[in-house]
Amino acid sequence: MQKHLELSQVGISFPTPKGPFVALQNVNLSIAKGEIISLIGHSGCGKSTVLNIIAGLLKATEGGVILNHKEVNEPGPERAVVFQHHSLLPWLSVYENVALAVRQVFAGKMTKSQMQDWIEHNLALVQMSHARDKKPAEISGGMKQRVGIARALAMQPQVLLMDEPFGALDALTRAHLQDSVQQIQAELGNTVILITHDVDEAVLLSDRIVMMTNGPAATVGEVLQIDLPRPRDRLALADCPKYNHYRHQVLSFLYEKQRKVEPLPVASAKASQDKRLVKDEVRA
Amino acid sequence: MIIQLKNPMPSSAIASWQPKLRELLRQGSLTLAGLAIFVLCWAALAENLQTSLGQFPGPTAVAIQFKALVAEHQTEKSREELFYQRQQERLEKNPEAVSRPYSGRPTFFSQIQTSLQTVLSGFLLASLFAIPAGVLIGLSPLSYSAANPLIQLLKPISPLAWLPLITIVVSASYPADGLLSRSYLVSALTVALCSLWPTLINTIVGVSQVPADLQNVSKVLRLNWFRHVRAIVLPSAVPMIFTGLRLSLGIAWMVLIAAEMLAQNPGLGKFVWDEFQNGSSDSLARICVAVAVIGLIGLLLDRLMLSLQKAVSWDKSVQLR
Repeated sequence: MQKHLELSQVGISFPTPKGPFVALQNVNLSIAKGEIISLIGHSGCGKSTVLNIIAGLLKATEGGVILNHKEVNEPGPERAVVFQHHSLLPWLSVYENVALAVRQVFAGKMTKSQMQDWIEHNLALVQMSHARDKKPAEISGGMKQRVGIARALAMQPQVLLMDEPFGALDALTRAHLQDSVQQIQAELGNTVILITHDVDEAVLLSDRIVMMTNGPAATVGEVLQIDLPRPRDRLALADCPKYNHYRHQVLSFLYEKQRKVEPLPVASAKASQDKRLVKDEVRA
Repeated sequence: MIIQLKNPMPSSAIASWQPKLRELLRQGSLTLAGLAIFVLCWAALAENLQTSLGQFPGPTAVAIQFKALVAEHQTEKSREELFYQRQQERLEKNPEAVSRPYSGRPTFFSQIQTSLQTVLSGFLLASLFAIPAGVLIGLSPLSYSAANPLIQLLKPISPLAWLPLITIVVSASYPADGLLSRSYLVSALTVALCSLWPTLINTIVGVSQVPADLQNVSKVLRLNWFRHVRAIVLPSAVPMIFTGLRLSLGIAWMVLIAAEMLAQNPGLGKFVWDEFQNGSSDSLARICVAVAVIGLIGLLLDRLMLSLQKAVSWDKSVQLR
């Protein structure tokens, strides 16, 4: 495997009045160029922390991240982030939001008209050309996320970091955007690191799924290689035994090995249901 | 029903503007009703209120004095025109003659103008200081910790306490025959000193509350300090800054009247003071005219700032009023 992005012995601890709190430790990961990796795990397991360390927004207290033989120690546009809540500047139009990134990254490397073409190109890539002059408040959540992706892609990043990019969207919009991301990645060949809660999303999009153990002191639990041919079609995969096998493996990691939520006691659940029935009868 | 069937289009057009019109009429009539009740109460109270300067003026007396002030202004203006006309003729006959500016008594309306100029220059001065200072303080937690106690200490100081200090400093450092009169400077500086606090505090708050997500965007893009401030911090703080500016202008106008009274700047404050000292039977009514005008201008300034605030506010979900 060609070494592209390398996390070695990454750990982070935060000082608290009761001594340091170890959030993350011994995270080792080697990612090849053009790979799509998802990080999956329960809430609070430090997925976002890993992503923020790669982005340079957080500094690892132990170990380090190396991208193309260079240590990562500050944020930069070669590691573009698609934020969970889109993070568009609300006072700028869709076009201006992408333009801010393009002007910053390509200042001196592109002429004005080249920049314009590049902005338009990226908006077209996420199918947002029609709303170029709208403000973020005037478009839907899915559209905002598209613009966020366009802004990140417009930086021509070596690594695209996506922090639960579709978490706040409805299922249909999410499926649509997942397809878009697959398509765009096939076209551009970016390395993508994606945080998700969604098992289907992880299996559908990833080359490898990195499953994280529960915190504190979270680390990489298992890594699952997904050998499904691309392009992947969600409909065809729904009946594919291999796909379902992968799904099962992730689910069993999350809900057996790293179970976080205690199962509801069946008896008491039934009792409360009975109570509700009684109430409904009374009302009727 | 029949009309609607015959002519459906206009009725739907009517339906769209009718509620708006009704709302406007309702608001207008309520405003008028409130005003009418106030005027009636005022008239009733004034009738029963005897002062050392005669009866307290009711609405009629004040209206008469307003007319008188308008008439005085017009007389003074025509005198001024005559003066310059004569001076022009004299200069044509004899180019050596000395040209002098007209030195008539300032009228009520020229005093309004002076007041507006003074308040705006004081306000402008305050804003030019408070916005940049607020940005610098708000961006650095260290300087915030250093500045905040000082701001809290200076903010509640009354204009009347500042005024003597400013008067002494101005007369010590500014020539009496300077381009701007000392009284104007003293008033404007007092206004600036007392009105800068809301702008300063709101700018600090706005600047220090830039959402973490947007700051991360700035970090990923590696914006330098100036671009970070210009592209992220300032736009994000604009609604707060304008809230501060609007509060500041309100305070500036209030402070101005007091400052002009004591500094003898020929504005509305001086007008009120002079009428008070004059003590004629018309004085109270003339002061009432000034009071009403002060209120009206304050209201207009606030509306002006509100529309400015609405124009620059990017967050259209917030209803400004």
